[in-house]
Amino acid sequence: MLDRFTNAMKHRLAWPVITLVLLLAVNAAFNADFLHIEWRGGHLYGSLIDILNRAAPLMLVSLGMTLVIATRGIDISVGAVVAIAAALAAWMIGGALVVVDGVATHVTRFPMPLALIAAVAVAALCGLWNGMLVARVGMQPIIATLILMVAGRGIAQLITNGQIITIYYGPYFFLGSGYLLGLPFSLFIVAAVFIALYLAITRSALGLFIQSVGINPEASRVAGIQARAIIVGVYAFCGACAGVAGLLISSNVKSADGNNAGQLIELDAILAVTLGGTLLTGGRFSLVGSMIGALIIQTLTYAIYSLGVPPEINLVVKAVVVFAVMLMQSAEFRDSIRALVHKPARGEVRA
Amino acid sequence: MAPILELTGIDKQFAGVSVLRDVQLRLYPGEIHALMGQNGAGKSTLIKVLTGVLESSGGDMHLAGEPIRPGSPLEAQKLGISTVYQEVNLCPNLSVAENVFAGRYPRCGALQGFRIDWAAVNQRARELLARIGLDIDVAQLLSNCSVAVQQMVAIARALGVESKVLILDEPTSSLDDDEVQKLFTVLRRLRSEGMAILFITHFLNQVYAVSDRITVLRNGQWVGEWPASELGPQALISAMLGREFAATAGAAPSTAADTTAPTLLQAMALGQAGHLQPTDLTVRSGEVLGLAGLLGAGRTELARLLFGLESPDCGTLDIDGKNVRLSNPADAIALGLALCPEERKTDGIVADLSVRENIALALQARQGVRRFMSIAEQTALAEKFVAALGIKCASVEMPMGLLSGGNQQKAMIARWLATDPRLLILDEPTRGIDVAAKQEIMDEILRLAQAGMAVLFISSEMSEVVRVSHRIAVLRDRRKVGELPGGSSEAAVYELIAAEHEHA
Repeated sequence: MLDRFTNAMKHRLAWPVITLVLLLAVNAAFNADFLHIEWRGGHLYGSLIDILNRAAPLMLVSLGMTLVIATRGIDISVGAVVAIAAALAAWMIGGALVVVDGVATHVTRFPMPLALIAAVAVAALCGLWNGMLVARVGMQPIIATLILMVAGRGIAQLITNGQIITIYYGPYFFLGSGYLLGLPFSLFIVAAVFIALYLAITRSALGLFIQSVGINPEASRVAGIQARAIIVGVYAFCGACAGVAGLLISSNVKSADGNNAGQLIELDAILAVTLGGTLLTGGRFSLVGSMIGALIIQTLTYAIYSLGVPPEINLVVKAVVVFAVMLMQSAEFRDSIRALVHKPARGEVRA
Repeated sequence: MAPILELTGIDKQFAGVSVLRDVQLRLYPGEIHALMGQNGAGKSTLIKVLTGVLESSGGDMHLAGEPIRPGSPLEAQKLGISTVYQEVNLCPNLSVAENVFAGRYPRCGALQGFRIDWAAVNQRARELLARIGLDIDVAQLLSNCSVAVQQMVAIARALGVESKVLILDEPTSSLDDDEVQKLFTVLRRLRSEGMAILFITHFLNQVYAVSDRITVLRNGQWVGEWPASELGPQALISAMLGREFAATAGAAPSTAADTTAPTLLQAMALGQAGHLQPTDLTVRSGEVLGLAGLLGAGRTELARLLFGLESPDCGTLDIDGKNVRLSNPADAIALGLALCPEERKTDGIVADLSVRENIALALQARQGVRRFMSIAEQTALAEKFVAALGIKCASVEMPMGLLSGGNQQKAMIARWLATDPRLLILDEPTRGIDVAAKQEIMDEILRLAQAGMAVLFISSEMSEVVRVSHRIAVLRDRRKVGELPGGSSEAAVYELIAAEHEHA
């Protein structure tokens, strides 16, 4: 029994899971209704459902970010790409309520499927641009993506003409706030992307190649891996994920704000990946870990709001908790704590 | 005379596995002491314990009679134990002089201790390098220097400290003969100054050229300590292997290369500005073509051009009589080429991946992303080669980085044999590995050639090239200066290199 527990604790996902459970427990302790889920208005309703729905965009961005980080890279432009995709979708859909032959209908500037495809395609192009800068031009990933991080907000503003575009087209709202089988529709999108990616990683050599490129790019090239193509592809995928996240966010708030959509999501995504146990130095990565990481961040945010932490200090509280979690997940730190606890105990007689 | 350094009963365990058991070592002032043993015998571990990189699990160390227990390399260095590691541990983005003094720059100025005296850094670096016979621009970046020069800089750095004991872990593995002689001159001078030098190498002739005494380790245990004059090469190898060893083992190649075999690869006037003068080269199926030359002669450069790692500026490359342009290694692999690169650490192994993944990597890359080899297939492949090449690892799931150098090298060869190549280019496959493993790799090369595979064999050890090659192409100063038939003597090869030197 104890052996089993010790072995389970050695699993790389043990600490992320414990962190998530602890955060949920803290929430539940302060808010009796926290774990309560009920059927209301034709779908499941409760804090947990709310957290899942709100975490969906971050989960998507974290999936893309995981692969980028696995190749030793980083993509700090995802927030800007979220804004670009949101702005483009909002502009192409727009929407107005018009009365045709006495029936009120929603009309769009372009058909909605076209708008969705265009937004995700442009986001993937943004990622492709990042990938080219990193793999072809040979820029440092943080600098290469910094360019789009800065420029992307401007591009989004150009699309929206500097305004916040409000969306009036009803069907679009389903993406970010609709329900399917009682669950938020956004979760199905996350699940679809996750499963597709998981299968691609485990049923093809993609996972092996990404890890190999992340650990030793030169050796991978000599072994015949098209390292550049892998890197470009990974950034493009990350861009596409950010694009889908942009759709979810703009759909959820029924508008697109070039300045604020996806603000700081790049940092939350990097944090989620790190919390999930993937090292920033590249190589081995965990998709499940990053998902748990994203949920940790969203649960933490929820806790801060629901515990009534004053808004002016909530970022400080978040930072302190993240710092503590990071320390707890570090094996070295745990060892030194253990040494501190055990040393004085040596001389004592255990009752 | 009392030993300056004495180690007794040293034990070391990694996660319960014993890698050193009751090992002893004595160094006297003014001697050069060779530490010998196969890969995995525990030489590197012993050095790491001695220099404070690793903590010993048991045993005592005495320096000049005082018990010591260095906790870090810095501490060991302060005690007077300086080390030059096998892998050059310098900063390529700093200048030569900065590397020599990094961490202990001479200071000057009114704010004593806050300003670095750059004039003194450069001046004293020049003096130190001059002491080992190296006259280079000390202000240039280290990355501009050859590996050999970098190795010399590392030695100069160790010499900069007032040390009593100098440890050299395979210092000569990337030096050419001239540089080795220079290094030996330096070692002899240091010996006459009373320094104790511990010298690790795989080159037997070097052991006998400079060493006074020899300590042999085998499987983590102390075998014995002998004066070099009393332990002949045969006896030394037997002590290392723990069995009798025939020095001439391994069949010599049939000296007559089969000239009727089809031409596999033909390079005509292939060259790259600054790296290789236009060079002609023909490789036939089933032959071992040796590529001889001194360090920097252009052997690696030629191999990289043939494998698509670099793009040629001029000349043509035909494979199977068809003109090809290789834009990356994947193109070359698709045509049946394979390259086991010289720099195993940087261009070869993927350290954090398992042995299984490392062996399957090139085959998987050739099959493409979609035709994924299942874990079971990868395991079967890896286990087949682990058995065939005698790779020592606890399991194929072990991370590659934990294997010893010789076993990593064998795994690299396994990676390429798995792709069933028609031409295998081996760039220094026997560098830094022990005698037995060397022999096994050479035998494997010959066996493969008999099975119809062409091998391009690059080695700094002329005796190896001469022994396995059907034909020898000789390079010098980044161009081919001639070819010799198989069975030529080492002297003939050197003669060709030297003759050309006189014309130049």
